[in-house]
Amino acid sequence: MLANTQGIENVHPPVTQDQKPVLSLQGISKSFPGVKALSEVSLELYPGEVTALVGENGAGKSTIVKVLTGIYQPEEGEIAISGVPVTFPTAQDAGKAGVTAIHQETVLFDELSVAENIFIGHAPKTRFGLIDKKEMRQRARDLLDRIGASIDPSVLLKELGIANKHLVAIARALSIDARIVIMDEPTASLSHKEIEETYELVERLKAEGKAILFISHKFDEIFRIADRYTVFRDGQMVGAGKIRDVSEPDLVRLMVGRSVDQVFPDRKPNRGPEVLRVVGYSHPTEFEDIGFSLRKGEILGFYGLVGAGRSEFMQALFGITRPSKGAIRIDNEIAVIRSPSEAIRHGIVYVPEDRGKQGAIKGLPIFQNVSLPSLKNTSKNGFLRLAEEFRLTRDYTQRLDLRAAALDQDIGELSGGNQQKVIIAKWLATQPRVIILDEPTKGIDIGSKAAVHEFMAELAAQGLAVVMVSSEIPEVLGMSDRVIVMREGRIAAEFEGDDLTPERLVRAAAGISEVAQ
Amino acid sequence: MSSSLADEKAATRQVPDRLRNPLQRFLASWELLLLGVAVAVFVLNSFASPYFLDPWNLSDATFNFTEKALIAFAMALLIISGEIDLSVASIIALASTAMGFAVQLGAETPLLIMIGLGVGLLCGAFNGALVTGLGLPSIVVTIGTMSLFRGISYIVLGDQAYTGYPSDFAFFGQGYVWWVISFEFLLFAVMAILFAILLHKTNFGRAVYVVGNNPVGALISGIRVPRVKFALFLLTGLMSGVAAICLTSRLGATRPSIAFGWELEVVTMVVLGGVNILGGSGTIPGVVIAAFVMGMVTFGFGLLNVPGIVMSIFIGLLLIGVIALPRLAGRLLAARRG
Amino acid sequence: MTKSLLKSREIVLAAAILVLLLAIASRFPAFVAPSNLANVFNDTAPLIMLALGQMAVIVTRCIDLSVAANLALTGMVVAMLNTLFPGLPIPVILFVATSLGALMGLANGLLVWKLDIPPIVVTLGTMTVYRGIIFLISDGAWINAHEMSDTFKAFPRETILGLPVLSWFAILTVLGFVLLIGRTSLGRAFFAVGGNPHAAVYTGINVGRTQCAAFVLSGALAGLTGYLWVARYAVAYVDIAGGFELEVVAACVIGGISIAGGIGSVGGALLGALFLGIVKNALPVVNISPFWQLAISGSAIIIAVAFNATSNRSKGRVILKKAEHAQ
Repeated sequence: MLANTQGIENVHPPVTQDQKPVLSLQGISKSFPGVKALSEVSLELYPGEVTALVGENGAGKSTIVKVLTGIYQPEEGEIAISGVPVTFPTAQDAGKAGVTAIHQETVLFDELSVAENIFIGHAPKTRFGLIDKKEMRQRARDLLDRIGASIDPSVLLKELGIANKHLVAIARALSIDARIVIMDEPTASLSHKEIEETYELVERLKAEGKAILFISHKFDEIFRIADRYTVFRDGQMVGAGKIRDVSEPDLVRLMVGRSVDQVFPDRKPNRGPEVLRVVGYSHPTEFEDIGFSLRKGEILGFYGLVGAGRSEFMQALFGITRPSKGAIRIDNEIAVIRSPSEAIRHGIVYVPEDRGKQGAIKGLPIFQNVSLPSLKNTSKNGFLRLAEEFRLTRDYTQRLDLRAAALDQDIGELSGGNQQKVIIAKWLATQPRVIILDEPTKGIDIGSKAAVHEFMAELAAQGLAVVMVSSEIPEVLGMSDRVIVMREGRIAAEFEGDDLTPERLVRAAAGISEVAQ
Repeated sequence: MSSSLADEKAATRQVPDRLRNPLQRFLASWELLLLGVAVAVFVLNSFASPYFLDPWNLSDATFNFTEKALIAFAMALLIISGEIDLSVASIIALASTAMGFAVQLGAETPLLIMIGLGVGLLCGAFNGALVTGLGLPSIVVTIGTMSLFRGISYIVLGDQAYTGYPSDFAFFGQGYVWWVISFEFLLFAVMAILFAILLHKTNFGRAVYVVGNNPVGALISGIRVPRVKFALFLLTGLMSGVAAICLTSRLGATRPSIAFGWELEVVTMVVLGGVNILGGSGTIPGVVIAAFVMGMVTFGFGLLNVPGIVMSIFIGLLLIGVIALPRLAGRLLAARRG
Repeated sequence: MTKSLLKSREIVLAAAILVLLLAIASRFPAFVAPSNLANVFNDTAPLIMLALGQMAVIVTRCIDLSVAANLALTGMVVAMLNTLFPGLPIPVILFVATSLGALMGLANGLLVWKLDIPPIVVTLGTMTVYRGIIFLISDGAWINAHEMSDTFKAFPRETILGLPVLSWFAILTVLGFVLLIGRTSLGRAFFAVGGNPHAAVYTGINVGRTQCAAFVLSGALAGLTGYLWVARYAVAYVDIAGGFELEVVAACVIGGISIAGGIGSVGGALLGALFLGIVKNALPVVNISPFWQLAISGSAIIIAVAFNATSNRSKGRVILKKAEHAQ
C-alpha cells in the first residue's frame, strides 16, 4: 500500500541547530486527588522533527497528552504555540490550534464512514450549514491518497482492519492541518509490516514539517525514528536532548532513576515429567492443528506476529472458546475442557493479556478476588467462610509481597503491579499445574517487568509448567526453555537450545524460509 | 518511582485484613442514610396523622409494599448481576390469568399455587433463555416480553375478569398469622432473610457480585456466567409468581391490567435501596428499608388524603434525589478542598 | 458488506411491512386503499415523531422513558392555556408546547450530563414526576372537547394537499431528521458519542452536552406531539398516552436501533413506528380483537432484536477482544 520501505533508515534530515520550537510547555503542573500527576514539566516540539517521549507507566505521559489535547486543564504553567501563549479549554480548541493526537487503539467510530471519521467536528459545510458530503468525500480521498492509502472514503470504518484504521486516524490528523501530531504508542498492536509502514508515514509527516510527539516503550523504534527525546519520571521532566547524543542505557537510567539490569533471571532448566499434551487442536477460523507437549518446571514460549492465533489458541486451551477438533492429555489422561471452570479443575489457569479489565474484578475487595476461583475450598456447603478467605489471601499475597492498605481494599485502588500480584495470587491459590501467561509484561514498566520475570522463574523452579505468550523477542529468548512460533494459526517452527536465535524466530514468524536465504 | 524506596523498607509489613471495622462501615453506609429517611418518614407520619400509629393501620400499610418487595429482592440480585427484568408486572398478569383460567375449570388452591409459581418460572426461563442463550440485551428483551406476557392476558381476558377464587385461596393475600401480622408480611420477612443469606452469605451471592462487576473476569475465574444469569431470571420469574398469588388472592379477581406499572415501582425500590442500576453493588437490607420507606410514604399520604399520584411525584423525586444528592455533596466537598 | 447489511436490516423490515399489507389486502382490499393508508399514517404520526426523538436519545447510549408523561403534561398545559385564553393563536400554542417539552427534556439532559445519573433512572423518575404534575395542575379533572376552542381542536385535522396537518408534522419531522442525522455536525455527534464516547472526547465532542441535546430534541418533539394529541382527541387528562413510552421504545427496537448506542437510522425508526401503526390499525379490520395488539408488538420486539443480534454476530470471534470494547 505504501511505497517500498527500503532505505528509510538513514534518511533522517539533518537537525538544524537553531530551530524555534513550534510548541513549548513551561512549568506545567496538574494534580488529581492525592496524586501530583505533573509537576512543573516542560516540553518542546520542533517542526519537522520527531520527539520521543519516554517514561515508565505512571510517569505522566498520558496526562501531558491530555493537557496538550485540551482534555485536562493544567493548574500552572504556560503552553505556547510559535511563541504565542495559548490555552486549550476544550479538545476543540486544541484541534483549532493545530494539535492532534493519534491514539493507542485508534479510537474512532466504527459506525461512521471513513470520510466522516476524518472530518468529524470540522466537516465542510454547504451554504445552508449542512455537511457537504460530496466535498467531504473528495477531500477525504485526497488526504488518503496523500498518505498512499487506498481506502474508499465512503465505507464504514468497521470494514477496515486495524492498520487501515490507523491510516484513517492519520488522515484525520492531516485533515485538521495539524502542526503538532501526537502519536501515542502507534505501533503497539501492529504487525511487523504495518509497523514499517507507520515509520514511513512518520517520515512523510516530518517532511511536511509537522512536529511529532512520539510516545513509545520500544527503544529500537525510538532510536530509529526520533530526533529528540524527553524523559518523564514521576510526573517530572528529568531529561531532554538530541537522540544522537544519548545511548540506550542512558535513556533507561533516566527513565527509572537507576540503572536497571536488563539481564533475565539465570535459570537452570529443571524439566520434569510431561504434564500437558495437546494434539491436533483446531478451530474453524483461528488456528489449525496445534500440538505440543509441556513438562513440569518448563517455560514454553509462544512467539508470533499479532494475529498469528496465539491468544486465540490459549483461550481455547482454557475453555473460553471451543476447539472444533483435537484433544488434551493431562498427566497422560484424556481431559475435556469446555469451559474455564473445567480448565481450572484440571489445573490449567490463564492470566489474560488485559489484566485491568479481564483479570481484576474491580469493585470487589482484594480477598474476594483472590478467593474467587478457590471458593469451593474456602466455603462449606455453598456458604461463604470469610475467615478462610482471608487466611488464603494472607498466605498467597504475603508470598508475593503485596502492598495494600488492607485486604478488604478494592482491587481497583491498587497500582497496576499490585493488581497483577493479586491476580497471580488468586491463581496460585488454586494450586495449578499449568499457568498460561498472555503477554505478561506488556505495557508495564521496566522495574515491574524484571519482578515478573523473576517470579516466573521461581514458579518454574517450583515445578509449575509455564506457558508464556509474548511478542517481545528479548523476553521470549530470555525466559523460555523452548519456543513455539505460530504463523497464520499454525505452528511454524519450534526452537530449543542453540537453535533459539532472534533471526530464526523472526523468520519463522514472518514465513521466510531458511533455505531461500 | 520514588515510592519504591519507601515500599522496600516496609517489605515485611503485614497487610491487615480490614481497613475499617464493620461498625465504621455501617456508619458510612447507604443503608444508614436510608434508615434515617425511614425514621424521619415514620416520625413525620405519626405527627401528621393520629391514625398512623394504630397497629392495625400500620399492618394494613404493609400491603402497600410487601408484594412489590418480594419481586424487588430477586430484582436486586438481577440488577447487581448487570441485567434487568422489566416484565415482572406482566408475569404477574399472566400468572394471575393462568390461575383464573384454572379456577374456571374447577382447580383447587394447591393446584392454583403450583400454576402461579409454574407460570412465573416459565416466564423467567423464557427471559433467561433469550438473554443468555441468544446474548440479547435484557432491557430490550424484557420490554418485549413485558408486552408479550400481558398481551397474552389481554387475548385471554379482553375486558373481562376472572373471579370466583376458592375461599381458602384468600388466605395468601388477606390472612393473618398472628394478631396484626399478615401472612404477606410474614412471607416478606422470611424472604428478606432468605435473600439476604443468599446474596451475602453464599458462593452464589458472591458470583452475582462478580458477574455484575466484570463478566469477562468472572468467566475467566471459572464462574459459569450464563448459568448464574439464567438462574437469576428464573428466580425473578418465580418471585413474580409468588407476588401474583398474593396479589390475586388479595384482590380476589384477575383483570389483564393487574399490577400495571409495577415494574417501575419495583425498580425504583431496588435503586432507592442503594443497588447500582449499572450492576455490581447493592444489599438486601438496603432494599428492605427502601420498601418500608416507600410503603410508609404511600400510607402517610393516604392518611392525609393526598392522592396516590402525588405520592408518585414524591417517589420520583426521591429516586433522583437519593442518587443526585450524594453526588452533589461529593462534588461540593471536592470543590472546597481543591 | 456491512453497509449493505445495515441497509438490508431496513429492507427486511420494509419487506415485512409489505408482506403484512399484502396479506391484509388479500382478504380486506379496502385496507390498502390510499385514503385508508393515509388514515393509518395519520394515526401513527405521533408514534413516528416520538420514535425519531427517542432514536436520537438511544443512539447516544441513553433512553428517555419520560416522553409519554412529557406529552401528557404539555398537552394538559396547552389545553388549560386554551381554556383560559381561547384567543391564543395556534403558532403561540405550538411554540409553548415545543418549548415546554424541550424544557422537560433539558431537565432530563442536565441530570444525565451534570450529575452523571444513569438515564434510565433519571427518566424513570421524571416520568412519574411529570405525570404527577399533571394531576397537581389539573386537580385530576378532565378538559373536554367543549372546553377547548374550535381553532385549537381543528388545527391537527385541517388538510393540506389532502393530508391532515398532523401527518404533515410527522413528514416534516422525518425530513428534518434526515437532514439532522445525515448532514449536521450534531447528528454525526450523536453517533460518535454512542459509538465510542472515549474517542468522541478526543475529537472535541462534549459527550454530556450531546446527550443533553438529544434529550432536548426528544422532549421538544414530545411537547409538540402533546398539543397535537390533545387537540386531535379533544380531551386532556392525567393518563393520556399512558404506557406510550414503551411503544416508542418498541418502535425503535423494531427499527433496528441498538440499545447499546451508536447504531440506528431515521428509516429504521420510521419503519418501526409504521409497522406498529399498521398492526394496530389492521387488527379491527381483519377481525382480530384489538386485545391482540400488545402481544403482537411484544413478539415483534423480541423477533426484531433477536434478528438484529444474529445478523450482527461476527464470525466466531474471540470473546475477550470484544469485551474490551464493551467497556
